[in-house]
Amino acid sequence: MKRIQKLLFPLLSLGILLTGQTLIYQATAQPPGQQRAPLPPIPIKGDTTHTLTRHFKLATNTKIAPYANGFIHRWLVLEPIKKDIARNNIFTDNYLRSEFKNNNFSEDYLMIPKAGEMVKVGNQALNWYALDSKTFNFNLFNFSYDINKPKYGLLFWLVTVIDCSEEIPNVRMTAGCNSGGMFWLNGQEILMLSGDRDMIVDNVASPLLTLKKGRNIIRGAVINGPGMANFCLRFIDQRDHPVKNISISKD
Amino acid sequence: MKCKLIIFLSVLLSTTVLAQVGKPFIHDPSTIVECDGKFYTFGTGGGGLISEDGWTWFGGGVRPGGGAAPDAIKIGNRYLVVYGATGGSPSHKGIIYTMWNKTLDPKSPDFKYSEPVIVATSDGYEENDAIDPGIMLDPTTGRLWLAYGTYYGFTRIIELDPKTGKLKDGNKPVDVAIVCEAADLIYRDGWYYLLATHGSCCDGANSTYNVVVGRSKKVTGPYFDNVGRSMMEGGGKMVVATRGRLIGPGHFGRIILEKGVEKMSIHYEADLDQGGRSVLGILPIVWKDGWPVAGEKFKEGTFEIESVRRGYGLELAVDFSRMAVAQRGFSQANTEPIKPVPAQELADVIKNWPTGNINVRIGDYMYRPHQKWTITDAPDSTGYLGGPYYKIVLAGTERALSATADAQVITVPVFTGSPEQLWRIDQLTDGTYRIMPKVVPNSGKKLALVSSGDSTPMLAEFDFDSDNSKWNFRAH
Repeated sequence: MKRIQKLLFPLLSLGILLTGQTLIYQATAQPPGQQRAPLPPIPIKGDTTHTLTRHFKLATNTKIAPYANGFIHRWLVLEPIKKDIARNNIFTDNYLRSEFKNNNFSEDYLMIPKAGEMVKVGNQALNWYALDSKTFNFNLFNFSYDINKPKYGLLFWLVTVIDCSEEIPNVRMTAGCNSGGMFWLNGQEILMLSGDRDMIVDNVASPLLTLKKGRNIIRGAVINGPGMANFCLRFIDQRDHPVKNISISKD
Repeated sequence: MKCKLIIFLSVLLSTTVLAQVGKPFIHDPSTIVECDGKFYTFGTGGGGLISEDGWTWFGGGVRPGGGAAPDAIKIGNRYLVVYGATGGSPSHKGIIYTMWNKTLDPKSPDFKYSEPVIVATSDGYEENDAIDPGIMLDPTTGRLWLAYGTYYGFTRIIELDPKTGKLKDGNKPVDVAIVCEAADLIYRDGWYYLLATHGSCCDGANSTYNVVVGRSKKVTGPYFDNVGRSMMEGGGKMVVATRGRLIGPGHFGRIILEKGVEKMSIHYEADLDQGGRSVLGILPIVWKDGWPVAGEKFKEGTFEIESVRRGYGLELAVDFSRMAVAQRGFSQANTEPIKPVPAQELADVIKNWPTGNINVRIGDYMYRPHQKWTITDAPDSTGYLGGPYYKIVLAGTERALSATADAQVITVPVFTGSPEQLWRIDQLTDGTYRIMPKVVPNSGKKLALVSSGDSTPMLAEFDFDSDNSKWNFRAH
């Protein structure tokens, strides 16, 4: 009974939980235990404010190196597009392509948005942020909480710029995300992460590709229903070593 | 048409691998614990399952407090039961409780749980959900550790006081993994292993639950998988995934029966043969290159029973019958068309065998009728932890392997179902098998099939350190 919240929207969860427990009792013929008492007060242990700097730094104009293990931690991220998603196992390849196509902020995959810029997707007006994650992964659940937006049922657009001082051939883009996502490099679809995935490092890897000299633009999209939206991305060489001789910028 | 139906049903029956029998319906089971000769596991919601033999399970276990995903361990002469107060609340507020009982038998006069004690909480804001506890008593230090958490944020480890079951004074949680549920700690040969469930649950046959593992030299981590990926990065080597019609295993617990004989308790999110219900599963643990992996519940079939000692096969002690195929290929012109040679058939030789009891021995395996054994689930409702007793007969006959009162092994002309003709088959931690009769007549001893010298099967105490005690089943 641990992924109830990942299966259903929070507003429905309590009712379904109770129904689910009843069904389990019926199905298992186990004697139900004592009724669960209300939880005693649980002290709050940390900062609960809606503050971006808890988990991120605002990106500066200075290029940065990826983390030591190669993870790309600077991203332009668009405020989440609210989606009505009850279960994550609906994220088939076709579903993702269709949703990302129908909820795209721009068909120009080489476009680099600017922090503070507003775009409209459907009837939602959304702001771009430029952020450096304090961790190897980019936690979109925390991002949404930090900007006081909903936590579940969300679609995020992401953009970052990789600068290479010289061409880097024979590398792979790898990513993990919770739950579904796609990534493009210089306008080409590179990674498809379909299904109800967990964010696992190097969970999906691209065929060998070349990072060109100069600017390389990565576009990403991550979608999640219930659960913790999250992703990580890096490049690795043919021996699975992280590619670190690159820099990251926001424009 | 009727014949086809029978064949179809036979195939269906022979390929069905039941998780457990009875009413083994449970979700998020605790590690199976033995108490006064019975086996117990508790699940989400409050109840639990009880088994007299470890194979047939029914409801009847009692765990107060409701909530979800308990774990249990025997410490000294008491049982510590630990559980999450919620089933994973939308707010991610949660509490882990511990409580003691002198017995797990609800019919015992000593059955009484102590007042639950809070050992961990999640406040609804931190990146952790205080449910899904897994507990380990470190065999090297006697220290008591508890892992908890779900996919929502981090899996954490805390230390408890093994005397009180309370949080050890001053202990702070340590983050050890992400994207995990139902983490459990185990120790083996200098390594701590963190076994956890990845994937999603609670969606029946669509649940993607699977159990993965990382290991560390320190109980507080960091835990890495077989490719060096940290479990803080989502790493984990597969231990058990969906197998056949048993979908979505999760909630690992380890049971050490004796040296070389280990089992895991899990649940399957859906058993397609039992209406898609969530059921208890028990599988052997095999250790391969320092990593645990789920072994196989024995599958019925016809096999060579190979002694690991030398690689010879168990056979009926009857005259070897030569096949009528002359030596070929030496200094002969290979101009004739190649035609397959039929294998020796039972009908070719059985008429030469005695009709009464026949001894068995171990010899060169030659794919002959007296060396092929058909092993099927015996028409007997009893079993042992994780399996039913089996009937072992010479293929194509009812001639059954049987234990004798003088700790020998013979074959009798007809299988009668008597206990000395029922065999327990356990896959061992090195992947080989132990074969034991249900009873040795007039003996209370637990004896196993052992190779004495290269040639003589007998019954003796099982010794995991000796290949004499180990067997393989080869399907040729």
